[in-house]
Amino acid sequence: MSEVIVEFDRLSRSFGKEQALSDVTLRFERGLVHGLVGENGAGKTTLIRHILGLLKAKQGSVRVFQFDPVRYPKEVLGRIGYLSEDRDLPDWMTVVQLMRYSQAFYGGWDETFAEQLRDQFELDPMQQIKKLSRGQRARAGLLMALAHRPDLLILDEPSSGLDPVVRRDILSAIIRSVADEGRTVLFSSHLLEEVQRVADRVVLLHHGRVGLNGPLPEILLEHIRLVLRFDVPQQTQPDLPGVISWQGAGREWTVLCNGGVEELRTAASNCGAQIVDEGTPTLDEIFLARASS
Amino acid sequence: MQIRISNSDGIPIYRQIVNQVKYLVAAGRLTAGDQLLPVRSLAEQLVVNPNTVARAYRELESSGVITSRQGSGAFVSVNGSPLAKSEKRKLLQDRVDLLLAEADSLDVDVATVVKLVRDRSRSLKSE
Repeated sequence: MSEVIVEFDRLSRSFGKEQALSDVTLRFERGLVHGLVGENGAGKTTLIRHILGLLKAKQGSVRVFQFDPVRYPKEVLGRIGYLSEDRDLPDWMTVVQLMRYSQAFYGGWDETFAEQLRDQFELDPMQQIKKLSRGQRARAGLLMALAHRPDLLILDEPSSGLDPVVRRDILSAIIRSVADEGRTVLFSSHLLEEVQRVADRVVLLHHGRVGLNGPLPEILLEHIRLVLRFDVPQQTQPDLPGVISWQGAGREWTVLCNGGVEELRTAASNCGAQIVDEGTPTLDEIFLARASS
Repeated sequence: MQIRISNSDGIPIYRQIVNQVKYLVAAGRLTAGDQLLPVRSLAEQLVVNPNTVARAYRELESSGVITSRQGSGAFVSVNGSPLAKSEKRKLLQDRVDLLLAEADSLDVDVATVVKLVRDRSRSLKSE
């Protein structure tokens, strides 16, 4: 059994009437990249804020490195590297000032590594944070999240609004973090192509609930996309077992289903349809099918 | 060793790597004794998770395509050739399956397809 880094046990959370998280039970294990996906408002950021101790668990519990992050912020935050979508950095500092400031804050700050990242990201030490371009700002944020070599790297929509070169830097940082001494990464994104590229496991949140949770290759292989051709045009979605989503009209329909292909094949031929194409859907297609179902 | 990762379908990346290494061996572009890139280097080059590359290498090793030596990396197996033969067949078989499915949906029978294959082979050779 591998080491559990983050553990949610039946966590629920509401803001006023809005239920942000419902009965979430999850474990993030050491050395793996966990992709967190879901529509806007599905609860991804609320979940992350619980890990950082910015929200206190009201129903259920949260443990990070086996600590309650609200009661033991030092023990928890010192071991986490965090990059958020808004990349909240002190605008008035220069790059080098920000680096010194962070160094004082984090015990494990690795000066050589920080300098190496600064050089690789081509960040001018004397440049004011305020004057950095969007991409350079993201790289500065990434440097701050990485240089103390955190045990857990959390990236909340890190790629939004960035060009492909900066996005590649972020993905490479994830890869290096995992390759170095098996650090753990939690990566939330709506760019499912990126998640499909780097995640070991995927958690899909849907209206605050865990919709899917498993190893990425298995999730991909469990889902199948079929094109069915019916003898007679269908006026409405045909009624077949195991189908998550339907698309089409008349004689040809595309279905996305979860396993049970043999069963579906039989059911399809019973209602006068044959399978004319078969393929493995992308994470994006699976996500859309589940979100619309 | 040139490997390309595609995101346009849902074939897991470890499988894409396994299939492409097998293909490279079958096509003779990787031969017995050739060294594969270390897990970390390939992961960084392809921008994929190192755990995924490690899984692909484990599968390639258990199917006998590569042998890993502690501390010195992974190498294409000496007995890669019999497997290469079956891999060649498998590669073609996938194409044949597609061809047959297409012929079927166009209402063309197998005998006609076989004749077409012979005719094409003849005309390509005479070119």
